Amino acid sequence: MIRLLLRDLRLAMRAGGGFGLGLAFFLIVTVLVPFGVGPQSSTLRIIAPGILWVGALLACLLSLDRLFQLDFEDGSLDLLATAPVPLEGVVAMKALAHWATTGLALTLAAPVLGVLLNLAPNGYVWLVASLAIGTPALSMIGAFGAALTVGLKRGGLLLSLLVLPLYVPTLIFGAEVVRRGAEGLAVATPLLLLGGITMGALAMLPFAAAAALRINLR
Amino acid sequence: MSIWEYANPKKFIATADAVLPWISGLAVVFLVGGLVWGFFFTPDDYRQGSTVKIFYLHVPAAMMAINAWVMMLVTSLVWLVRRHHVSALAAKAAAPVGITFTLIALITGAIWGQPMWGTWWEWDPRLTSFLILFLFYLGYMGLWQAIENPDTAADLTAILCLVGSVFALLSRYAVNFWNQGLHQGASLSLDKQENVADVFWYPALVSIAGFVLLFIALILIRTKTEIRARRLHAIEMRERMG
Repeated sequence: MIRLLLRDLRLAMRAGGGFGLGLAFFLIVTVLVPFGVGPQSSTLRIIAPGILWVGALLACLLSLDRLFQLDFEDGSLDLLATAPVPLEGVVAMKALAHWATTGLALTLAAPVLGVLLNLAPNGYVWLVASLAIGTPALSMIGAFGAALTVGLKRGGLLLSLLVLPLYVPTLIFGAEVVRRGAEGLAVATPLLLLGGITMGALAMLPFAAAAALRINLR
Repeated sequence: MSIWEYANPKKFIATADAVLPWISGLAVVFLVGGLVWGFFFTPDDYRQGSTVKIFYLHVPAAMMAINAWVMMLVTSLVWLVRRHHVSALAAKAAAPVGITFTLIALITGAIWGQPMWGTWWEWDPRLTSFLILFLFYLGYMGLWQAIENPDTAADLTAILCLVGSVFALLSRYAVNFWNQGLHQGASLSLDKQENVADVFWYPALVSIAGFVLLFIALILIRTKTEIRARRLHAIEMRERMG
């Protein structure tokens, strides 16, 4: 399992694809927003939490279709499925590797982009905290979507159609944490609910994703 | 005699053929009855005027939009547990009907909302969760269409339906948390004091019965079509092999 995690991390780093690309995408989305809504810093301050969360979510989505696709094409997914490790664990490890290369990087980069959007000073801590707690759920839900669409030739578009509605609760609570944090209100409730979603996704979705993979490998 | 006998496609089609004229006929009677009664023979509401009458379309459509998803959930579970093909095909047949009801509910709501709330759309929890339900239907139908092997498609969409149901419920309560509502509470529940007056209540019941019957009739027809399409596909495959 650990080997698998390390292998996936190495592949992500060396292939150079998802790792830098997701971050660059996050940066570009954040930079484009002021061009769209105008440079008034008061407006930007209001919408900053939402934009940062939506941007992180889209950046996360970007690299999802590669999660199982490459392994499916070269046959290593078949080997993993027949290997003496539970497929559920394989899925969880792959989701973890995905999180480490995108979610974690996005969490670390988010405060810098928060400066660009003139986020309120109180918001930075909660921005990092909410992303750190919420992005694992994004990766896990995304892994489920990727497992559903792995056999398809043009699964990328369908993948976003399937995954984005599933992201709604995570996005709502995540952005709510930052918004409340930025306004100096109590954040405990949405933060706990966000943690609950992450825990629930981590507990249940590996089974659903592994079931979907088994069907696709049949 | 058990419900599982209808897992046999032949038996299912025979029974569906036998009951379909009755159900369709009753659906027409109840729909026409309920809507005509509601539109022409009920008084205008003292505050909402005649716009209140869209209620006879809006509420039943919204109820059936949710019930269609619940039916898909049940039939998906039956397919996953007992592997009856009719069940999977019924779930497939229900999705387009469900999404249509969702659209009807959204559009009639917007038409009513414009004069009453002064806006076509409001990010109210109920409206938002219906929009999310619409997206779930879209994804579900998209997945059915994208996969060629019918058994794989049935399996994967069933799993999506199960996971989607959990997240749809989560979203329902998440949006509640996110924004306070403009939409009125339940007006047809059986035990509340603030229900609508009886003059509106009876035609609404008739109209709901009409929508339920319409839904059943549509599902029967569409499932029959799906079964026949599957059979045709099998025959074509056999001929290509032979």
